[in-house]
Amino acid sequence: MTTPSNNPPLLEVKNLRVEFPTRRGTLLAVDDISFDIAPGEVLGMVGESGAGKSLTGNAIIGLLEPPGCIAGGEIRLEGRRIDNLPYEEMRKVRGARIGAIFQDPLTSLNPLYSIGRQLVETIQTHLPLSAAQARTRALDLLKEVGIPGAETRIDHYPHQFSGGMRQRVVIALALCAGPRLIVADEPTTALDVSIQAQIIALLKRLCREHGTAVMLVTHDMGVIAETADRVAVMYAGRIAEVGPVRDVVKHAKHPYTKGLMGSIPSLGVRTERLTQIDGAMPRLTEIPEGCAFNPRCTERGTRCLVERPDLMAAGTSRAACWLHDRGGVGAPLMAQRSGGETVDA
Amino acid sequence: MPDGTGTQFVRIAGLKRYFDVSAPWLVRMIESRPRQIVQAVDGIDIEIAKGETFSLVGESGCGKSTVARLVVGLYPPTDGTIEFDGNDMAGRHSRADMAALRRRMQMIFQDPYASLNPRWRVFDIIAEPIRAFGLSKDKADLQKRVEDLLRQVKLTPADGRKFPHEFSGGQRQRVSIARALASQPEFLVCDEPTSALDVSVQAQILNLMVDLQRRFGLTYLFISHNLAVVYHISTRVGVMYLGRLVEVAPTETLFTRPKHPYTRMLLDTIPDLDMTGRQRAPVAGEVPSPINPPSGCTFHPRCPFANDRCKVERPMPLAIEGGTVACHAIEEGRLPVEERSYAVNS
Repeated sequence: MTTPSNNPPLLEVKNLRVEFPTRRGTLLAVDDISFDIAPGEVLGMVGESGAGKSLTGNAIIGLLEPPGCIAGGEIRLEGRRIDNLPYEEMRKVRGARIGAIFQDPLTSLNPLYSIGRQLVETIQTHLPLSAAQARTRALDLLKEVGIPGAETRIDHYPHQFSGGMRQRVVIALALCAGPRLIVADEPTTALDVSIQAQIIALLKRLCREHGTAVMLVTHDMGVIAETADRVAVMYAGRIAEVGPVRDVVKHAKHPYTKGLMGSIPSLGVRTERLTQIDGAMPRLTEIPEGCAFNPRCTERGTRCLVERPDLMAAGTSRAACWLHDRGGVGAPLMAQRSGGETVDA
Repeated sequence: MPDGTGTQFVRIAGLKRYFDVSAPWLVRMIESRPRQIVQAVDGIDIEIAKGETFSLVGESGCGKSTVARLVVGLYPPTDGTIEFDGNDMAGRHSRADMAALRRRMQMIFQDPYASLNPRWRVFDIIAEPIRAFGLSKDKADLQKRVEDLLRQVKLTPADGRKFPHEFSGGQRQRVSIARALASQPEFLVCDEPTSALDVSVQAQILNLMVDLQRRFGLTYLFISHNLAVVYHISTRVGVMYLGRLVEVAPTETLFTRPKHPYTRMLLDTIPDLDMTGRQRAPVAGEVPSPINPPSGCTFHPRCPFANDRCKVERPMPLAIEGGTVACHAIEEGRLPVEERSYAVNS
């Protein structure tokens, strides 16, 4: 894949598969996806709940919850393979090379330790600094993420901070050891809109200043549109479309992305009805043959029912859709409309 | 805003609801702590005409959900009146009269996972209001009514035999809507009905709500924090901040000619999906605690236009351009009205 710059990619994900073995068979939650992130780039990963976007993020930071496991493919950070590292080795990478920001800032901080202690602990784990030096660095970080009165706030406990301030602390924690990549999983979802704007501006500024790449996992297209350089749209464990954010938002190539963009109410145009995609994303146990989106697709053809499309060039983006193949979709078919979304899942 | 002509369907006047969150009496005595009162809703007036969609927007903790619960009677108000179709809800009514009034208003809750009883089949969930208000003649009639309701929300009669866990979030919200429609209400209070749903499902539910409104002539009180959704669905919008209504206006006016500084700030935070390059202005500060709200205008600590008067005197709603605004700067003409336009999607 071409990246905006000619640098070698910082993160390379190739044919990644994440599986969940269950009693009733193995569920393929992330199905053979490949992408990469250039140094300093912000890649947005967007999709609806259950599309596998968070699992992809967790697989990269090595925090898949059992029984979920990486069943195939490889993840390389700065050319070094990290998906098969032993636990202790991965711990050194995580935090030092890859930082993580999670959705809920309250649960990602330890309520029993002051935030200063948590920062100092993280800094000392990854950097060879004395306690005093680590504290100075912690203080600098807190100032950098815009916590007013950092000198006194450093000894406060997480419950003494508001949601937005807590998320700033979590960002400071992720930046502690100067990572090259931050995996941010829904960093603004738990926050109010006005605070959301503050956090996004902060994240953007810090990444620019530090040259840190970000993989931004979210379901909020608005956040992606403002923050990301490129965006990957996930559907049922696969990447449906990937491309520069502007092209994906304004000129979506995959029918799913088109529907998704149309279903977001926008300002300025008041339509009577929003565009809707009928039905719901299939359950992992019931992923259809061929293209996973075919039962809901209005442009499907016979080929979509049997043959699975891979990502192919579609303008400046790449989309997994036969519409963009020379062979086309085959004979056109009507979308299944037997009672619309009444067909369970 | 149409006013005082008796055409108002729901009329809320001077509505207040305070919550006592003090420590227990003994603790207060020993540590000599004062009582702590949360002023969740602090004097709001709303009039909703029949057939319209009135939306309340605001950030978390501004009291919008409390208003929803007050209106349907899940909380008694601390002060103020709620009139529904000319009947004072707090007035003296017989049990039967009250039930008849209650039948005409229903509520849809935010979380479709928590608001459906997991041990009941969907049929029974939807049949409950019909049974409770004695609306069906016999079993066959009940069966028919529930099947009709399921069809109206685009589910199938066969879904009635299932349990809530067998449905996805969007389908559960359809069940909630069917339950709310079961008693043939005229007024629906929707408390963040789509915020737990994915955008494509949100579009399905919003479209369904618009269809049902047209079909049954429903009146909606719609509570949401999502301004784009509010813009799409409402006739008029009220903006709440710390328990007070700071601005009420017809939707188009509110979004193109916002007046209150808080409304402008909220509009600035809407993500720019049209990629016009408009910068989201990050607003400084956070919503203060409603336990000790700032004096005067509660927005003054965050407001770039605040002066000394704003710090001491509470602004009263002032009628302007078909709506009301509670702001000294607007009243004094210090703050010019600002025109806004939004890029139209190509």
